[in-house]
Amino acid sequence: MKPDPSVLLRRRIVNYCMLVLFTVAIVISIGALTAILWKLSFSGLQAFSPDVFLKSTPAPGSSGGLLNAILGSVILIVTAMVAAIPLGVLAGTYLAEYGRTSKLGDVIRFCNDILLSAPSIIIGLFIYGIIVLPSKHFSGWAGAASLCLIAIPVIVRTSEDMLRLVPDSLREAGVALGCPYWKMIVKIGWRSARPGIMTGILLALARISGETAPLLFTSLNNQFSTLNMNVPIASLPIVIFQFAMSPYKDWQNLAWAGAFLITITVLGLSIFARQMLSTKRRP
Amino acid sequence: MSTSMETMAGPVGIVNNGRVPETGKADFPLPSGIRFEKPFRILTRLSAILIISMMAGIFILLALESVPVFHKFGFSFITSSSWNPVSNKFGALASIVGTLTTSFIAVLFGVPLALGSALFLNELCPFKLRSTLSTMIELLAAIPSIIYGMWGLFVMVPIMSHFIQPAMIKHLGHIPYVGVLFQGPPFGIGTLTAGLILSVMILPFIASVSLQAFATVPASLREAAYGTGANVWEVCRNILIPFTKTSLIGAIMLGLGRALGETMAVTFVIGNAHRLSVSLLAPGTTISATLANEFAEAFGDTYIASLLALGLVLFVITFVILMITRLLLLYDKRRIPI
Repeated sequence: MKPDPSVLLRRRIVNYCMLVLFTVAIVISIGALTAILWKLSFSGLQAFSPDVFLKSTPAPGSSGGLLNAILGSVILIVTAMVAAIPLGVLAGTYLAEYGRTSKLGDVIRFCNDILLSAPSIIIGLFIYGIIVLPSKHFSGWAGAASLCLIAIPVIVRTSEDMLRLVPDSLREAGVALGCPYWKMIVKIGWRSARPGIMTGILLALARISGETAPLLFTSLNNQFSTLNMNVPIASLPIVIFQFAMSPYKDWQNLAWAGAFLITITVLGLSIFARQMLSTKRRP
Repeated sequence: MSTSMETMAGPVGIVNNGRVPETGKADFPLPSGIRFEKPFRILTRLSAILIISMMAGIFILLALESVPVFHKFGFSFITSSSWNPVSNKFGALASIVGTLTTSFIAVLFGVPLALGSALFLNELCPFKLRSTLSTMIELLAAIPSIIYGMWGLFVMVPIMSHFIQPAMIKHLGHIPYVGVLFQGPPFGIGTLTAGLILSVMILPFIASVSLQAFATVPASLREAAYGTGANVWEVCRNILIPFTKTSLIGAIMLGLGRALGETMAVTFVIGNAHRLSVSLLAPGTTISATLANEFAEAFGDTYIASLLALGLVLFVITFVILMITRLLLLYDKRRIPI
């Protein structure tokens, strides 16, 4: 049977149109990334100077930098990670080792999945309710706590997934030699899943580095450098938010410098994390 | 594996269920470090239970704090759109409608872009470019939301107000029925701009879940289709998409869930106006933008409680969407990605 030429032509035209649309879609997607990075490097580098790292945030009209914001961000992030890493890895260990098939494990996995994608501003509200409201003032601790709660689900998920990739035969070999279960987990599980767990930690770090919403009403902002976690503390994202929304040109420029700094950090971290997972042997 | 790991607890169970015998002395040497077994297990379990308590804590706290609001305003908290801190009257309708509208626009534009990109990467892309391009799309997800907001405010808003919105008002504004969506002055900021930025933000999530789903389509199915003379589009439409249907819907729901809760990007460009307007070009607000803009400066118990009640509404909406997402993805043995 000879195919009808008009059907063939129609199929070809439809196919051609769809292929063009696919290409347009990817061009727009990649174009958006390029446009964002382009504007960011252009405006960010223009506003960049050593002052950014050396001076504190200025009043409108005078010159200054982002020192207090950078310092505040580092303190908040380090505090959050110090708490989130052990909690996250231990919870992930429970899910992958002890609670693999238990009901409790299923419930926890469900909650973790929801928290992973839940709006971060809700986490901020929660911390506001349990820390800021009772203590009656905004504080660095509250900011660190909200970042910690955002980092934990990411670490739990990656730790569990990576530990699950460790073959059970390795575990059995360990316990068959008389190793207590916890020692097997530490010496065999954690050790062989280490690159994966590290990836999760880096991803969590990247995630909380740019997080703004939960800090708005937990750590608030501070014009001065402080190491005191009991008072409001400045952070890079909040300063960017405040400065970018302001009508002052020099504040907006500083916001671009800060935005550039954050994006470089976050993209660097997540590229590094991905690299680590792909080059180092997965467990 | 049918029995739980916990009851098996490995060969440790051989030695008196992991406990040191009560006499204090075993008649054979115990494995070294056996006394840490129980503390370690309890520690991991407590950390895991912390996750449940976080989740429950959020629900309980938001619910408790918003009881007075629902007591005072009743159902009108959700159905009224007057949000007036001065006269202490709070109705969340404008925020809720704004949240749903921006998310709808985001899905409307984001899904075709994401699916188109995923299909391009899966079927058309030269092999050498593939990993580079898919990494670039994933990087879109890594860019912090505040950066999208700034870029939106300083780049998108001028473009919208000078070129796109005037053109829309001129060409679409007088079409019957649809026209009302595109009327009013071209501010640049507003619901449409927020929705467009959200569509770029949710695109990488949808694209990466779809790509993973496409990778599970058996090669023999695709090859059979190509072998019988199907062209690329026919393979996509008749093989790839039907085969991965559940995951694709899950991916779209995931994108929707992200769009609903997105805060900073929207706050920059939505205009924060508690007004219900039919026009997509008018400034509006969303639940998260209201919280971000007003919470730190809120005064008075009713105001703060109303904002917390708003948070509860947002959490319930995203919770339901994410639950559906999870069910759909688990159906294909996949999980919500990070």
